[in-house]
Amino acid sequence: MPQVEIDKVEPLLDQYEAQRTNLIPILQDVQDTYRYLPQEALRKISKKLRVPLTEVYQVATFYRCFSLVPRGRHVIQVCLGTACHVRGAPRVLDRILRDLKMAGPGTSSDLQFTVETVRCIGCCGLAPVARVDNTNTHPHLTQTKVGGLLKKYDQKADEAKAAREASHAKI
Amino acid sequence: MQRFRSPAEVKEMRLCLEALETTRPCISVCAGSGCKASGAQNVLDSLHSELKKRGLEHTVDIKSTGCHGFCEKGPVMIVWPEKVFYNGVSQSDAKDIVNSVTNGHKPVEKLLYKDPATGVRVLHEHDVPFYARQKRILFGNNGKLDPKDIRDYIKVGGYSALCRALTEFSREQVVESVKKSGLRGRGGAGFPTGVKWEALCASKTKPRYIVCNADEGDPGAFMDRSLLEGNPHSVIEGLIIGAYALEANAAYIYVRAEYPLAVEHLGVAIQQAQQCGLLGENILGSGMSFNIHLVQGAGAFVCGEETALIASIEGKVGEPHPRPPYPVQKGLWGKPTVINNVKTWASVPVIINKGADWYASIGTERSKGTMVFSLVGKINNTGLVEVPMGITLREMIYTIGGGIPKGKQLKAIQIGGPSGGCIPASMIDLPIDYEALTQAGSMMGSGGMVVMDEDTCMVDVARYFMEFLEEESCGKCFPCREGTQRLKEILNRISAGKGTEEDLELLDDAGWMIKETSLCGLGQTAPNPVLSTLRYFRDEYITHIREKRCPAKVCKELIVYEIDETICDGCHACVRVCASEAILGEKDKAHQIESAKCLKCGACLEVCQPKAVLVH
Repeated sequence: MPQVEIDKVEPLLDQYEAQRTNLIPILQDVQDTYRYLPQEALRKISKKLRVPLTEVYQVATFYRCFSLVPRGRHVIQVCLGTACHVRGAPRVLDRILRDLKMAGPGTSSDLQFTVETVRCIGCCGLAPVARVDNTNTHPHLTQTKVGGLLKKYDQKADEAKAAREASHAKI
Repeated sequence: MQRFRSPAEVKEMRLCLEALETTRPCISVCAGSGCKASGAQNVLDSLHSELKKRGLEHTVDIKSTGCHGFCEKGPVMIVWPEKVFYNGVSQSDAKDIVNSVTNGHKPVEKLLYKDPATGVRVLHEHDVPFYARQKRILFGNNGKLDPKDIRDYIKVGGYSALCRALTEFSREQVVESVKKSGLRGRGGAGFPTGVKWEALCASKTKPRYIVCNADEGDPGAFMDRSLLEGNPHSVIEGLIIGAYALEANAAYIYVRAEYPLAVEHLGVAIQQAQQCGLLGENILGSGMSFNIHLVQGAGAFVCGEETALIASIEGKVGEPHPRPPYPVQKGLWGKPTVINNVKTWASVPVIINKGADWYASIGTERSKGTMVFSLVGKINNTGLVEVPMGITLREMIYTIGGGIPKGKQLKAIQIGGPSGGCIPASMIDLPIDYEALTQAGSMMGSGGMVVMDEDTCMVDVARYFMEFLEEESCGKCFPCREGTQRLKEILNRISAGKGTEEDLELLDDAGWMIKETSLCGLGQTAPNPVLSTLRYFRDEYITHIREKRCPAKVCKELIVYEIDETICDGCHACVRVCASEAILGEKDKAHQIESAKCLKCGACLEVCQPKAVLVH
């Protein structure tokens, strides 16, 4: 575990009172910071809240939004709500997985993408939908649109974006 | 922001805001999650820059509002004061809209709603059939106010119910009014709210808590999200009135983390209410002190169940507990707690303002008021619909929903989320009320309404819900944990063409067993999708079993893709998209599908212009 990573946990923990009720909000904050829950962070949380590590682990594995393994730079949430399901979401999911050469939802080997399914993000009117990085909702998806969607967030796109921002900063 | 010290000051503020009301044009753009995904932010940006370009920033207002409900046609907007309704707006339309607003208000014809039946363009929102039959007492203000500005809410009469309650009502009278109104829990089970409140009052234990359940987990439902995004103060006002009536010390709003915009708007609204003295110490000089805490869920469907929700707020895993004791006896941290749904809380100010009798006059004998549905699936007008209880499914689907797309036949309506059931097209004249739906094997639920057409396979639907519930079962009690797995396995078998007729008996038996013996509401209702499809669509199950055929052509193992060589024009579009190189044939000559290689993904079907791809 790289030391630099875990450094952010202490200041984050300092914002909270040592109460059991703060366990889930703290885990959410850690997850937001690292995109997953590093083991060392769980130990620190357990110590601070005086909640046994087993219970911290129990909570961390019970709720869907936590991950104990590192996640990709971009998280694609494919909605499998009822409306999306009847309008063909499973096929869109299959296509995404096939294009990324993944056997099932999870993280791609280059850590670029994490594909997960979500049961309804409440955009049923635009079904089928997928949401990327919690903010960009892509409506009315079809298999033909999947290629373009993935291209928008692949490594090349990230590099181009970084280059753009760097040149912007120079100006 | 001004801090109010008495109810009179709130009224003064409202009168002041009303007096400031000008005839200045205002473009209110829906910026709910749906319209945002359709590009509402771009529309807002280009409207702003268009106005700036012409130096009109101070002549025309732009408002970014919550969900207007008509998600299908988004982004939508209303131009005030003429109340012109535009739909399907794109950023390139900004110029035309600003032109129209500044030059004599001649509406932009192409952006007006076009009635598909008559082809006539409709000018106002209330004349669009989708809206005309609704009764929007909870959602009516969504299109009028900026959810991030408390003054907008006060201007439309917000917090006047709280002022009334504090000055004209005793605590008991508030509880009595809620009871008399006939309001029932809008979260699903439909327990009378007033009775629940009375039960809390019977206990002398302090402190007491109230909770707003905004863990809207049902797939295909987004009413609560839209209300929290579009009018968060209406829920906050309901909670403050509830706190007054129930002498609660604090409230918790438990909201899904999957709804980032709702979380943001609620946070802003709570902060503004605190600054205005509507939350905190000595609210409006009444001596009452009360605060609201926002808690984010972490992605567990079972946390919509009240005892699991309480465990989750306490920082534990969201596992339910047996009831009794009910939360009103022993809830959050062992103290008496009232938990109500978002819409239930938002109904409270309406009841106080308009009176219990007025509220009770809407709806049917046992189901009062309005109900909000998210009308989705195979329907023309997808969106949020608020209707009086008792309206028939036919009116919902055909008058408001505009019927089924592409001239297809209606097959079933799934109501109540995973706990609900499928109602067949033959029962379309069923009125929507708690009892009628339960009797039909479904339930009101929180208001998800998914319309299914002839291309939907009911075995697949049952399988879909079982998969969902198996994943979301918390695993605490055996019948739900194991039962949902077994049901899913049997359904998988049937949809793969490997089922037997004994499987149907097994589904039925296991279903009833899970219903009778599970610990919480999730398990007790989990078999509903299976039992209701078995009840109304047994034929379809039988066809899967005996003929090894899926009539709706959905179940992958039972279908074959083929190209009709007489129709195929050899354009190669399908060859390009096929992921498994299963399509053979030269360009400009008819293609064929090699079935052994075919993944049945349907990509070819999607791209084929002449419709030469057939599914058997």
